[in-house]
Amino acid sequence: MDPATFLAALVAMAAPLVLAALGETLTEKAGVVNLSLDGTILLGAMTGFVVASVTQSLLLGFLAAGLTGCLVAALVAVIGVWLGQSQVAVGFALTFLCRDLAYFLGNPYARQQGPQLATLPVPLLADLPFFGTVFFTHSFIVYLSFLATPCCIYFLYHTRHGLTLRAAGENPEGCWARGIDPNTVRFLATLAGGAMAGLAGAAFSLAVKPGWGHPQGCEGIGWIALALVIFGSWHPLRVAAGAYFFGLLQLLGIAFQDSFPGIPGQIFQVAPFPLMIFTLILIHLSRNTKNRYFAGFVRLFGSPPPRGLGRPYRRP
Amino acid sequence: MRYVQFMKHPLFSRFARISVIAGLALGGVGLLLFTLGISPVDIGVTLARGSILSLQKFGHVLTIWIPLLLCSCGLLFTFRAGLWNIGIEGQVVFGAIAATLLLREENLGLPAAATLILAHILSFIGGGLWAAFAGFLKNRGGVNEIFGGLGLNFVAQGLILWLILGPWKRAGVASMSGTEMFARELWLSTPPGWRLAPAALVIACIAFAATAVLLGATRFGLQIRATGINPTAARLFGIHPGRTGLLAMAIGGGLAGLAGGLQVSCVYHRLLPSISSGYGYLALLVVMLAHYRLRPVPAICLFFACLAAGSIQLPIVLKLDSSLAGVIQGACVVSALLVHGLQKRQRGEL
Repeated sequence: MDPATFLAALVAMAAPLVLAALGETLTEKAGVVNLSLDGTILLGAMTGFVVASVTQSLLLGFLAAGLTGCLVAALVAVIGVWLGQSQVAVGFALTFLCRDLAYFLGNPYARQQGPQLATLPVPLLADLPFFGTVFFTHSFIVYLSFLATPCCIYFLYHTRHGLTLRAAGENPEGCWARGIDPNTVRFLATLAGGAMAGLAGAAFSLAVKPGWGHPQGCEGIGWIALALVIFGSWHPLRVAAGAYFFGLLQLLGIAFQDSFPGIPGQIFQVAPFPLMIFTLILIHLSRNTKNRYFAGFVRLFGSPPPRGLGRPYRRP
Repeated sequence: MRYVQFMKHPLFSRFARISVIAGLALGGVGLLLFTLGISPVDIGVTLARGSILSLQKFGHVLTIWIPLLLCSCGLLFTFRAGLWNIGIEGQVVFGAIAATLLLREENLGLPAAATLILAHILSFIGGGLWAAFAGFLKNRGGVNEIFGGLGLNFVAQGLILWLILGPWKRAGVASMSGTEMFARELWLSTPPGWRLAPAALVIACIAFAATAVLLGATRFGLQIRATGINPTAARLFGIHPGRTGLLAMAIGGGLAGLAGGLQVSCVYHRLLPSISSGYGYLALLVVMLAHYRLRPVPAICLFFACLAAGSIQLPIVLKLDSSLAGVIQGACVVSALLVHGLQKRQRGEL
């Protein structure tokens, strides 16, 4: 395979993962762990596919998927943020509820032909040598994934609302003292993250792995997105880089299947998780070390989690 | 006045809470089915027929109940210690791998009974070690047990796939259908006409009783509770929170590993990629629905097992997907969380 096609396949394959992982980054930056990602993506995939097949409108399919993600995230936020229950517990329960709901509701539409997102080559830019093939001959959801990373960085680090969001995650008490209700911020951030996860699901069922079935093929992606947020230690750029790195691993897994029949391709699926654990250990060690160079080196690649992550905020 | 006092009686409030949770969950699912044009009554009848209305089917329910109860007992240890042992799925897998390690050896020179006993001890140790590893990562590496456990789940899943497709593959073909069957004498004995080994049932019941005694009536149980409620205060009483948590993880993981070992020795008689059947995750839902208490666990396990067993009939009888069982289970847990949260708010704790 020539490098341009390979890279084009890579960015297309990683697109939903980038969206989901960035959405979760937003949520976690505000101090909420939305563990329901895997189920949200599946439910989004199902909703997107079914709505798009019934209405024959891809736009409605994507909208419905985003809305579904919002709804699930709203449940997480209501129970986990406003009612003070464990965010992990509600997210975990919703993961399984959404997954099974997706299989149950989507069953009549399984293995059916459905609409599929067409590629939209960007005029002029698509004719560029190499870069044209890699970046500008994709469907709109892939372009969205390209835009998502810089948008996330700009929003989080260069706007007032981004500052508010980070404050709700780092120091909710301080946020409250400045006259902003951290729980409202968290609620909105969770909704936004959920919508992105829902879109990621529709990106699977309408573009990357078109169709619906049991299994759909995007199972486990939500967990990987969760791992990537930690691997990228809560910075959108590193998270997105991690998503592309994972896409690369997956493609290599497919490519090497023939040359190394001894290694099952599923092994590559597992790779993000040891890496995630390794990152967490490094960050932890760098905080307790006296070696400045080591600490500085790790700070380049990782930062500690938002201080209020997972901790419900109680109004004084 | 008397009426109000009656309402405040703990037994009544508990009963009221259970009925509100069940009503919310079942009502919600029922409404969903109704809007889809499916009769909830048909579903109920099919689920009951497939689970409790025949002795043979009930045997199947019990084969699900056993690993579920074992995993839930393990989770009670870790939850009491304030740890979210999401890695339980990997611990089940690891227990199954550990048991297979021994059971697939052909020339061990041990009597079959001894091999079986050893294999189950090994599965307990295997699951315990995998959990202790997650605990170690937490204590020494600063890796939260949720993310560490989740990661280790996938690592265990990768390991089992590699074993089945690689070193332990069936002679000639490597396939996802699992390893070679074990020798017949290494199957946990099942009386003719039964679907489950009585020994497994006994083990599960003993494990539950042991959990109840250990957590409820011993110094160790108190130490675990103290660690879970307030690690800082526990330290003042000479309890080492890290070590106690690690021990709770090891025991919890051991019980999960035992569940995996039993799946290998008395249900499938070989190692499968999906050996855990998701019972670890399901057990997490069970314990959450029990609100981390011991007493409701066996009953909830039975309810969940009935749903899981009965749902197999759904595609056959009603042409519906069997995942409806998971929808009901998940809806129960989510509505329980909702009700507990609302009560917390009512009490003014928020």
